[in-house]
Amino acid sequence: MASYKATRIPSFPRLGEKVTQDTLYWRNYKTPVQIKEFGAVTKIDFSPLSPHNYAVTASTRIHIYGPYSQEPVKSFTRFKDTAYSGTFRSDGQLLVAGSEEALIRLFDVSGRVALREYTGHSKAVHFTDFSADRFHILSGSDDYTCRLWDIPSSAEVSRYSEHTDYVRCGTPSRLNPDVFITGSYDHTVKVFDSRKERSVMTMDHGQPVESVLLFPSEGLLVSAGGRYVKVWDMLKGGQVLVSLKNHHKTVTCLCMSSTGQRLLSGSLDRHVKVYSTTTYKVVHNFDYAASILSIALAPNDDSIIAGMTNGVLSVKHKKHPEDRKMVGGTSRHRPAYRVFVKGKNYMPKQDDFLVRKREKAHLKQYDKELKRFQVSKALDSVLKPHVRLKTPEVTVAVIQELNRRGTLKNALAGRDEKGLSILLSFLIRNVVDSRFAPILLTVAEMVLDIYMKVVGQSAVVDKQILKLQELVEKEIDYQQELMEVLGMMDTLFATMTAKKEAAALCLVHFSTNHCISKLSKKIQKGG
Amino acid sequence: MVASAEVRVARCGGSRINFIEPIITLDSRFLLCASGDAVHVYSTSTEERVHVLQGHVDLVTGLRLNSSNHLQVYSCSLDGTVKLWDFTDGILIKTYIVGHKIFSLYVSKFHEGTVFIILPMESSANTEAFQLVALHLPKTTGPEVEARDILSVLRDVSPIPKATSFGRGGEFVASASGLQLSVYFFRKQKTYRFSLKANDKKGARNRFTCVASHPNDDCIATGHEDGKIRLWRNFSQKKEYTYSTEHWHHSAVNALHFTPEGTELLSGGVESVLVLWRYGAGSKKDFVPRLGSAIEHISVSPDGSLYCTSHKDNKIVVMKSSRDISAIIQGLVKGETIRTDLLIDPRTKALVCNGKPGHLQFFSLRHDKQLYNLDIVQQEYIHEAGLHQCEVTKAAIDAQGSWLATVEERQENPEELDIILKLWAYDESTQSFHLNTSISMAHEGQISAMCFSGDAEATMLVTTGRDGHFKAWLLADHPDAQGEGASWSCDYVGSYHRREPTRCCFSADGSLLAVGFGEVVTVWSPSTWELLVTFSQPPGDIRDLCFGRLSCSKYLLGTTTKNLLCCWNLLTCSLEWSSTVDVILLQPDPLSENMAAFSRASGSTDLFVFKPSEPRPLFSQKAVCSGTVRRAVFAPREEVLEGCDESTQWLSCSRLYFLTEHMELMTFSTKSEEDQIIASSKQLVIDDSVAVTPFYLLLGKHRKSQRETQDSVSSHTAARIQLPQGSPAIRELLHTPAHVLPSASFLCNMFVNSLLISKSGVR
Repeated sequence: MASYKATRIPSFPRLGEKVTQDTLYWRNYKTPVQIKEFGAVTKIDFSPLSPHNYAVTASTRIHIYGPYSQEPVKSFTRFKDTAYSGTFRSDGQLLVAGSEEALIRLFDVSGRVALREYTGHSKAVHFTDFSADRFHILSGSDDYTCRLWDIPSSAEVSRYSEHTDYVRCGTPSRLNPDVFITGSYDHTVKVFDSRKERSVMTMDHGQPVESVLLFPSEGLLVSAGGRYVKVWDMLKGGQVLVSLKNHHKTVTCLCMSSTGQRLLSGSLDRHVKVYSTTTYKVVHNFDYAASILSIALAPNDDSIIAGMTNGVLSVKHKKHPEDRKMVGGTSRHRPAYRVFVKGKNYMPKQDDFLVRKREKAHLKQYDKELKRFQVSKALDSVLKPHVRLKTPEVTVAVIQELNRRGTLKNALAGRDEKGLSILLSFLIRNVVDSRFAPILLTVAEMVLDIYMKVVGQSAVVDKQILKLQELVEKEIDYQQELMEVLGMMDTLFATMTAKKEAAALCLVHFSTNHCISKLSKKIQKGG
Repeated sequence: MVASAEVRVARCGGSRINFIEPIITLDSRFLLCASGDAVHVYSTSTEERVHVLQGHVDLVTGLRLNSSNHLQVYSCSLDGTVKLWDFTDGILIKTYIVGHKIFSLYVSKFHEGTVFIILPMESSANTEAFQLVALHLPKTTGPEVEARDILSVLRDVSPIPKATSFGRGGEFVASASGLQLSVYFFRKQKTYRFSLKANDKKGARNRFTCVASHPNDDCIATGHEDGKIRLWRNFSQKKEYTYSTEHWHHSAVNALHFTPEGTELLSGGVESVLVLWRYGAGSKKDFVPRLGSAIEHISVSPDGSLYCTSHKDNKIVVMKSSRDISAIIQGLVKGETIRTDLLIDPRTKALVCNGKPGHLQFFSLRHDKQLYNLDIVQQEYIHEAGLHQCEVTKAAIDAQGSWLATVEERQENPEELDIILKLWAYDESTQSFHLNTSISMAHEGQISAMCFSGDAEATMLVTTGRDGHFKAWLLADHPDAQGEGASWSCDYVGSYHRREPTRCCFSADGSLLAVGFGEVVTVWSPSTWELLVTFSQPPGDIRDLCFGRLSCSKYLLGTTTKNLLCCWNLLTCSLEWSSTVDVILLQPDPLSENMAAFSRASGSTDLFVFKPSEPRPLFSQKAVCSGTVRRAVFAPREEVLEGCDESTQWLSCSRLYFLTEHMELMTFSTKSEEDQIIASSKQLVIDDSVAVTPFYLLLGKHRKSQRETQDSVSSHTAARIQLPQGSPAIRELLHTPAHVLPSASFLCNMFVNSLLISKSGVR
C-alpha cells in the first residue's frame, strides 16, 4: 500500500538578482536613518575608541554623532568657511580638519575651541590626517603641496611640492610613521617618505584621483578617480593589479570592510558597490537617493554611513537577532521543556523490545482534501488570502493538479458572488505572470464558460471581468510591442552567432501571445 | 542454415503471475501461483521463490490445494492434464491425462476423489461453449494415469475461473455467465437459473463478472460490470429468491472472496482499493486503499490470517488480516504498450523499461525478479478510465550507469502538451537514482529520441524534438547557487533546414554525433558544434541510426523506411554498402562489433546478425516470432560462454532479448548453454524443506562449514567404524519425505538389515 503522494509544487527560477551570502549579509541592515546636514557631506570618520562616535564634515561644521543618536553629541562650528576632512587621531582624543580658509585646525574631542591652528598653505586644505606616530599631521592642499606638521610646535616639518595639481586625498601608512600617500588631480598617486626629500613612488591613475586607500596589509593600494577604481601592488613597485570600471560617474570615496574582505566604493552615480577583494567582482550594490561623496563603515560593519551631495547623511544600522525579540513584545507561551523530553530520556534495557511509532506524514490542507477527492474544498483551501497572496505558486500547482485529474471544472463551478470575486481577483493578479499564464488562461476560459449566464447580476463580478479584459488587452499590446522589439533585435543579431537565444525567446513570446489573444476574443464575446 | 538448429528462441521468464488467483497453503507459509507453464512457490514471509513446479507444456489455468492432503496441490493446464504436486519438495506426484483443454479447476472438500474442471463442450462445434464437469480421479498407481471418467455438472458456463464458486459444504455450485446465474444442487441434482435484465433502466451493465459463495451460509455474492455487488439468498426456489445490492465500486467488480469464517466479503476492482464488507452488517465496510494497480484476483489463506490480492501490473500483495502488507511479489510489469526502449542498467545488469504507470522498473533477467521501481512522475495516480495520465515515454542511461534521463509526457489535446525532461543521478549511499534536474517543456514538441554520449569525462545528453531542433544538455556547476550542486542545462540548440529530427546517436568515443533529419543524416562534432558531413539516401526517412563499434567504428549504419539498410564509411564519406531489407529494428551489441537487425517478412520477423565491415550476415534466422518485434536489447552475460562455434560466436559475450507483439520477453539460447544449465540444475538438489531465505543461505553455509570441520576431526574414528547413518538405505529413508514412503512394516526388514555390520567391513 503506497502512501499518498503530495502535490508537487514546482520551484520556479527566481527572477532578478541571485541571493548569495553577500547579498544576505549586506541586506541585513535596517531601514536607513536620514539626518539632514547643512551642506554636502565630504568626510565621515569613525573614532577608533568605543563607543565609536563618528565625525561628519559638512559645510562649515563638524558634527560628532554617537553610534545610535540622531542628534550630534558634539559639534565644532568655529569655521569661517567650508571645513574639510575631519579626522580622528588613532587614540580618539584629537581631531584635525582642514578648511577653505587654508588653515588646519586641531581640536580636542572634549573641547570646543581649536587647540592649534597651522598656517602655511596658501589655498584650501582638502586633506588632513595624523601620521602613525601620532605626533605629526599630514595635509594636502589646492596649492599643489602636501606638508608634514609637528603637532605641539605647530611648525612645518617638511613640504613636498611635486604634484602639479590640487592634492585632494591621501592616507598615512599605519605601519610606518614616515610613509604617507597622496592623490592629486594631476592623475598621479605619490608615495612619500618623510626621511627623503622626494617622493619614493609615483603611480599614474589616468584620471584625477579622488580617493586613496591602503589595504590593512599595506601591500596593496586602492585609488579612485574618474569612473575607475584601481588596485596597485606596492610591493611590485606600483604595478596595476586590477582596474575596475563599474560606476558610470566619478567614484568619490573608498572604504574597506572591517575584515578586509570587501571593498566599498561610492560614486556620483548614487551607487555604492561592494567588491570582493579576492576576485574583484562586484558582489553587492546599494542604491542611494543622491550622489555620494563620502562613505564609512563602523567597526564590525555595525553601520554603513553615507554622505551625499544634498547634505543628507544616511545611517544604516545592522539588524541584530536580539532586536527582533524586542519588537515582538511578549513571547508566545510555549510548552515547557519537559514536554519535549518526556519519555525521550528513558534508556532502554538490553532485552527490551523497541516498538517504534510510525512516523506520520503531515499533509497540507489542500492535500488532505485532494486525498478525499473534495476538489472544491481543495481549491477553497488554496484560495485563502495567506496562500494566494504569499505563495501563488501553491495555488497554481493545486489548480494544475485538479486539471490533471480532470476535475478542475467541477472545482470552479458552483461558487457564490464572494467566491467568484476571490477567484477573479486571483486571476487578475496572476494571469499575466509568465510562470502561471498557461494554466491560468485555461482557468480564465473555464470561469468565463461556467459563469457566462450570471454576467450582469453582480456589479462586483462585472467590474472584475471588465478589469480582466482590460488587463488581457494591455498584455496583448505589450506582447506586440515586444515582438516588434524582437524583430528589431533579430536584425541586429543576424550577423552574430548567438542567434538561438533570441529565437527561443521569440518562440516563447509567440506562444503566450497566441493563448492570450484567444482569451481576449472570448471575453469580448462574453462581455 | 545449420546454425538454426544450434540456436533457438526461448522464453525467459517475466511471465504473468497474475493470470489466475494465487493460493495460500494451510499453514500460510507458502503462496502458489501460476506463471506461464510453471507453478511458482513463494514464501509468504520473505517473498523468496522456493520452488518452481515445471512439467506442464502449456499455460497453467487452475491451481487448487488437495483437500485430503494439504501438502499437495492440483494444477491444470491447457495441455489437457491435471497434475498433482508435492509443493514442499517440488515433486510431481501424478499426472492425469484428460485430453481436452482445461480452463479451470475446482476442488470440493465433500467430493473426495473428484475434481471439477471446465472443458469446452464436445458436442457443439461452437468453441465458445463450455461445461463444468466432475472428473473422477482413478486410484491406480503410476506416474501417468488416463482419467476419462467425466460427468457433466453444468452446461453453458463461463470459462473464467472466478465466475464459478462452490457453496456451503459443497452442496451446490454457482456459476455465472453473461446475465445468468446458475446454481446446481448436488443432492437434488437440480439446476436453478436466475437471469437479470440486460435492458433495465440504467443500461446494460448488469453482466456478471465474478461469483463467491459464503462458506457456511446460504448466500451467493455476485459482482457486476457496473460495480454493484448482489447478495443472493433463498435461491433454492425457482421463484422466491431474493437479493440485496451494495454499490461502492464505480466500475466493474473484478474479484470477490469470502473469508473462511464468512465474517467478511472482500471485493476489488479498477479502483485498486480492497473493500472489506462486513457480512450481515448492511453496508458497513473498511478499505485498504492505494494498492497500486487494478485488483484482478483476491484470495484468502485457509486460516484467514492472510489476504492476498493479485494486480494488473503483475504483482501479488500479501497482507495480514490487520491490513499490514507482509509481502509484495512483483513480476515483470507489462502494459499494453511499452514506450521506452529496453535498456540495460550497467551497474545491476537489470533490464529497465516502463513498469507501473509513471514508473520505470529494474528487472533482473538473471533472477527473473523485479529489483525495484523508480517513481518518475511522482504524482498521485488516479485510477479512472479516460483520464490522460502522465507517461514515461523515453529513458536513457549513460555508459557508467551514473545518470538516467527520462521524458514524461501528458497530452490532453493536441495543443496542450506537457513534457518534462528529468535527469537522475545515481547515489552510491542509497543505491538508487535521485532526481537532479527537472526541465519542463524541454522541447516545444514531443521528444523523439534521446541519447547519452559515451564520453566518460563530460557526459552529454542529446534530445531531438518534433519542433525541429535537437538540444545538447551538459552538466554544469552553478557557482552562484550555493549548496545546490551541479545541474543540467542546455548547451547547444541545433537544427537543419527546418526539418524534423527523428533519431540521434553518438559514436562509441563520443566524438561524433549523428542526427537523422527526415531522409538526411547529419554528422556533428559535439566539441565545436560544427556540421561535419551529411549523408542522404532518398527516398525514405531515417528509421534507425547507429555507429559501428570497436574495429568497425569507422562505419555509420542507418535504416530507412523504404527498405534500405545503408552503411556509410566515415573516413571516405561515402556509402560502403547497402542492402534492401525492411529493417524494423537495428540494435548494436555494446561488447562486440555485431549488429542485430530484425526485419519484417510476411507476418513474421527475421533476424540477421552482421558486422558493419561486411554486408554478409554472420547469422540469420527466419521467423523468430510471429508478428513484429517491438523492442530488442543486448544484455551482457556474467561470464563469457565457452565452446561456441562460428555461428554462435555472436552470443558468447551478450544475450539478445526481444519483446514480441504480445509483450512476451524472448531470448536466444544455444544448445551448449542449455546443456550446461541442465547439468548444473541436477547438482542443485535442495535437501531441506525449510524455505530458502537469504538468512538461511547465510546461516546454512556457515553451519555446513562448521559441520565439515567437525567431520574432519572425527574422520579418523569414522574410518574405522562405519556409522549406520552412512549406509545408503538409511540415508534414503531419512531423506525421502514421510508421506511418500511405503508403510513402516515394509521398511522394517530393510532397516534392520542395514544396521548389521558386515564382517568384511570390520576387517
